[in-house]
Amino acid sequence: MTLALALEQLLNGIQLGVMLFLMAAGLTLIFGVMGLINLAHGSLYMVGAFACAAVAAWTGSFWIGLVASLIAAAAAGAIVELVVVRRLYDRDHLDQVLATFALILIFSEGTRWLFGSFPLYLDIPPLLQGAVSLPGGAEYPVYRFAIIAVGAAVALGLYFLISRTRLGMRIRAGESDREMIGALGVDIRTLYTVVFALGSALAGLAGAMVGALQSVQVGMGEPVLILAFVVIVIGGIGSIKGALLGALLVGIVDTLGRLLLPQIVGLFMPLAQAGPIGGAIASMLIYVVMALILAVKPRGLFPAAHG
Amino acid sequence: MKNLLAAATLALSVSASGLAFAEPLKIGMITTLSGGGAGLGIDTRDGFMLAIKNSGNKDITVVTEDDAQKPELAVSIADKMIQSDNVDVLTGIVWSNLLMAVAPGAVAQGKFYVSTNAAPAALAGANCNKLYFNAAYQNDNLHEAMGEYANKAYKKMFILAPNYPAGKDSLTGFKRYYKGELASEVYTQVGQTDYAAEIAQMRASGADGIFVFLPGGMGIAFMKQFAQSGVKIPVMGPGFSFSQDVLPAIGDAALGAKASGQWAPDFDNEASKKFLADFQTEYKRLPSIYAVQAYDAAQLILSAASKASVKNADAFRAELLKADIKSPRGNFKFNTNQHPIQDIYLTEVVKKDGVLTNKTVEKIFADHGDAYAKDCKL
Repeated sequence: MTLALALEQLLNGIQLGVMLFLMAAGLTLIFGVMGLINLAHGSLYMVGAFACAAVAAWTGSFWIGLVASLIAAAAAGAIVELVVVRRLYDRDHLDQVLATFALILIFSEGTRWLFGSFPLYLDIPPLLQGAVSLPGGAEYPVYRFAIIAVGAAVALGLYFLISRTRLGMRIRAGESDREMIGALGVDIRTLYTVVFALGSALAGLAGAMVGALQSVQVGMGEPVLILAFVVIVIGGIGSIKGALLGALLVGIVDTLGRLLLPQIVGLFMPLAQAGPIGGAIASMLIYVVMALILAVKPRGLFPAAHG
Repeated sequence: MKNLLAAATLALSVSASGLAFAEPLKIGMITTLSGGGAGLGIDTRDGFMLAIKNSGNKDITVVTEDDAQKPELAVSIADKMIQSDNVDVLTGIVWSNLLMAVAPGAVAQGKFYVSTNAAPAALAGANCNKLYFNAAYQNDNLHEAMGEYANKAYKKMFILAPNYPAGKDSLTGFKRYYKGELASEVYTQVGQTDYAAEIAQMRASGADGIFVFLPGGMGIAFMKQFAQSGVKIPVMGPGFSFSQDVLPAIGDAALGAKASGQWAPDFDNEASKKFLADFQTEYKRLPSIYAVQAYDAAQLILSAASKASVKNADAFRAELLKADIKSPRGNFKFNTNQHPIQDIYLTEVVKKDGVLTNKTVEKIFADHGDAYAKDCKL
């Protein structure tokens, strides 16, 4: 394996990790502050992608689409919080899972009703088309660099928001004692809606950016949702720092596993058999890593303060 | 008077049987109408229903259910259709792993299964069945054609498919005809959406050609990412990779891609022109090959139903085997294992009147059957 290939794969792993972080950050924030398991987070990712594709097709500009995806996902999140999720905070996790699973079905069928079953077209904006050269002779798509940059910016932004602002202070307070900050006169209901909308907007942003790389279609959110859950379980549920490190770990392990495992298996058997077997092991690898981490640290790498 | 009545009754019954077996026939269609693979199932359903509608046959009812691309759901729908809906024929499944879960059980219970797409090797060879027909192809066929085509211009191919029965059939089929060297053979996850790791391997592999079998959303994701990667190796695939259901979403990144198919919208025969015009009038879009395959499956069932009762399985099977239909594909007949013998063409993605579509380039195989028919003892 050449250095160029290794470097390119490492970047691919980071890019996948950053994308997962955008999903996992919202998920873990919502769990940390409200104690809610939100299975419909993948649907908000889909809402972002569809909003971006539809608005980009209508206006001809990806950038307007990107703004639309943030607004649409945040609005959808706020509406969901006000109408459905608000009633679930005091229920147990099973009720939350059932209700948010129902939301997945409603979002999927609603999107199909609006846009049809065929995938939508969303292209990368001209500014970010093409590839740049890397040391060692490989090339890397500009757009994937842009995703890494946006992810890093969001991580920094979240850090400042949570550690330096009044809203962040309330979020942290909400994480450590929900009832107490309500008793101290903070408008906890508005805080919940704002956090939910913020998490939704991040999912929508991820959906819009990834939509340009993949296909914008109904049901696109669920596979990412599963990975995002793996990330927050590894990182420690409720911890943003854990989500960032967990996401990068999952991204890099998954990418390098897909590259290396078939080759390692290939040392022991012919290529035709090594391909499927190596591929099958690679697809389980992140779950194996998750199991190992949970065996050593049952509450994840960075367990949140409360139980 | 009595004689007259008897004669009239006789005449009526004769004319009724002359109208063929106008006996009710119930078809159960299980296909993927939700989730990422829904585009394929919707084209399957629409192609099938177009043929039923065109026939004007009022004795045929079709019950349609969505399998959401989940094998366990497909099995429970099939059980319900067989046991409580009393269907005579099952059809419509897009995916081979779902078909393997449903078809063997259905034929064991004495129901016909006419496949509109999925055609795993396991049902084409030694385990073929009198009640199982495939109106589409055998899974390997379109891949075999690309293997044959690759021999012409390529020496070192990188081949890639998802890790499920049809993916393995695909690469097996490709290698059966391809004589050159393999740079690498990669299996990806079913439903995978990011191919950066695989594209990096392609770049590093030194291959002079790439063959990918990635149906539905997987192909859209791959082609868009490949176009951005700066890798300049030519990409080819079976028709599914560049079918009409995915082309609009891939966009111009697909232009020039070579694929194999048993039908393309520019086919110059009467049945094809009629099918294309009817489909566009009815659904306001271009049909994919899934629609053609389902259209032919429906035509086959209709043709058999007009001559034999489905209650008489041997007679119905004999009529199906005749394949007395006008297929948009042109030549179509059944092999001994009840899979098609047909021509397979090389197609190229072009832009026509601003719409991306496939254009026929040349014929790769004439009257092509499959490699498993010899193991089938029917």
